[in-house]
Amino acid sequence: MLDLFIRAIRLIDPFSSRDEVTSLLIINGRIEAIGKDIDAPSAVNNVIDGKGLWLTPGLMDIHCHLREPGEEYKEDIASGTMSAVAGGFTTICPMPNTRPPNDCASITRFIIEKGESYKRARALPIACITKGQKGEELTEFGDILASGAIAFSDDGLPVRDASIMRLALEYSRNFDCLIISHAEEMSLSKGGAMNEGRMSTILGLKGIPSACEDIAVYRDIRLAELTGARLHIAHVSTKEAVRLIMEAKQRGVRVTCETAPHYFSLTEDAVDGYNTLSKMNPPLRTEEDREAIIEGLKDGIIDCIATDHAPHSILEKECEFERAMNGIIGFETAVPLGLELVRQGILDELSLIHLFTKGPASVIGIEPEPVKAGSMAEFTVIDPEREFIPTKETLFSKSHNTPFLNKKLRGRPVLTAYNGKIVFKLK
Amino acid sequence: MYQMKHLLSIRQLKREDIEFLLSQAEAFKEVLSRPIKKVPALRGKTIVNLFFEPSTRTKLSFELAAKRLSADTVSISKSMSSLEKGEDLIDTVKNIEAMKADCFVIRHRASGAAHLIAGVTKCPVINAGDGTNEHPTQALLDCLTLKEHFGNIRGLRVAIIGDILHSRVARSDILALMLMGAECIISGPATMMPKDIEALGARVCLDVKEAVKDADCIICLRIQRERQGGARLFPSLREYAMFFGLSPEIFSLTKDDAVIMHPGPVNKGVELSPELMNIKQTLIFQQVTSGVAVRMAVLAMLLAGQ
Ligand SMILES: [Zn+2]
Repeated sequence: MLDLFIRAIRLIDPFSSRDEVTSLLIINGRIEAIGKDIDAPSAVNNVIDGKGLWLTPGLMDIHCHLREPGEEYKEDIASGTMSAVAGGFTTICPMPNTRPPNDCASITRFIIEKGESYKRARALPIACITKGQKGEELTEFGDILASGAIAFSDDGLPVRDASIMRLALEYSRNFDCLIISHAEEMSLSKGGAMNEGRMSTILGLKGIPSACEDIAVYRDIRLAELTGARLHIAHVSTKEAVRLIMEAKQRGVRVTCETAPHYFSLTEDAVDGYNTLSKMNPPLRTEEDREAIIEGLKDGIIDCIATDHAPHSILEKECEFERAMNGIIGFETAVPLGLELVRQGILDELSLIHLFTKGPASVIGIEPEPVKAGSMAEFTVIDPEREFIPTKETLFSKSHNTPFLNKKLRGRPVLTAYNGKIVFKLK
Repeated sequence: MYQMKHLLSIRQLKREDIEFLLSQAEAFKEVLSRPIKKVPALRGKTIVNLFFEPSTRTKLSFELAAKRLSADTVSISKSMSSLEKGEDLIDTVKNIEAMKADCFVIRHRASGAAHLIAGVTKCPVINAGDGTNEHPTQALLDCLTLKEHFGNIRGLRVAIIGDILHSRVARSDILALMLMGAECIISGPATMMPKDIEALGARVCLDVKEAVKDADCIICLRIQRERQGGARLFPSLREYAMFFGLSPEIFSLTKDDAVIMHPGPVNKGVELSPELMNIKQTLIFQQVTSGVAVRMAVLAMLLAGQ
């Protein structure tokens, strides 16, 4: 088991609101002591100098796609968890749009057990709201929750029928479980390939108006209000959605939301040249939307950052733009993109780490392994200045569909510990 | 001479590029009036026309342009295309390239298809219409027609009327005409106006009468029912003809010496009244002739230096 001494590292822990330089002693995989004045016992010769590094609780991503079962050519639980820990994430929540979709206890158990077998990260599955993601009949919430799922969502294919969504929210109250909405009014997005606006007009591509998201966000907020259920809005990308959620929160609706790094880093301009690596759903929006997302993160209206890690093979991206699949990988680029907000003075370090740890933990209602004496070692060490270029060769994901491919990024996890072991260490 | 690899869009061009192509096209137009309408410029070159969307006129125009430059041409049209068997576009192009083609002319239903091809082949690629994006040679031939008729494009007021949303012709025309110093006003059903079209420099005027006022040229766009998908964007052809079609009454609001253009084929009695079809102000056939000349100029520019 792991014996390690980390000397004088900047501990940034939103759970205890600490941001201070301290040292950590880990013996036998367990945190033995934390303190400024402790020193490495002579028996421990594995020592890391923490100068210039940050140590945070293991990061958490509540929205990703691991593609197993069914689409292992894009990603599987093995490569997905490896990519996650390389990105600093020790807890990840895979969405249920696998093949078959995760709509029952046995698939939920399969994902959890397979995840545990690799011993590097905790996969807490999100199961379907409706059987087969068909939007017709509710799945067995109780049984699925008992098997370890932490929320329900028909991500990718929203629940079209408002009465079914209402039913799901109502039934969720028996278990006080979370319903996650992929907010999209399908009749407005049909045939669309990117955001509707200046760039879609220039490129002659059919657009998806931002109203498509806003209308669905409002529908689900009203239904959450009607039923008193817990609602989480996935991948918020529009200015109006942020405003609607802010208002709902002020009214006391039990609603939370997330955004993904691409929505605060890029705009529809990244699609120019028919770049299918910038195609995702919801689509990249305008600069005005991007700024509103950043404001939402700053004001705490947006509760957390989730990657929406969505691997696709090259065949699904090297084709006509309208035929290309939606989605980009995100585990390994999330931290540097988040750090950009700190460098621009938008967020302080503690707030950024909050969005990757305590924020998502409170959304899904779990208490992860804390960074304190007596706990198993589970943390992420970040070098905020370390530059790197994600390439086909260096990414741990099976897929390479990211608009940041071959672009220089700054800051990244260099070491990830999970359950008392080092599960990722940058060479 | 400016060296470009492909002709994918008007958006990629500068004003000097268009001026150069128009001057070349004028020279080729002279060739077209000779008894022997052929020059040896592209002897030994093989031009492949990939028409994944049906179009008799544009395909014929490209074929004639190539033949008049002494190039060999082969054409794949939709019915022959292996795409229907599920073979992908990139594979198709790479296969044909391996048979030693020199240039691809492509028409495809997907916006960006020509850009996609240009990224995977060493051959020059000419966009003959990609989805609802651009149709650059149409814009060039419209510019040539206007230049020949008026002597200069700068300062002309051009009203484009119809289905702007689904029209690659409108996009390319707006970009080219603006680049050449014309003023562009667009009009038609509001359901067929793309969002933020002003970004291209055109002015939207939903009132057709207002839009055509004092115009030097009206470009009527073809109503393409096949592109509309889903719900119809206007209630009926009858209503379209009544409110958005070009009638003698509407045409009388333009400048006295104004002209009418149309990318063809015309839906007579829908976007254009039959009475306006054969008057001397209607330049539809001049456009067709300009089309061959412009395509000769483009082919020669992209292939001659190779
Ligand atoms: Zn989604």
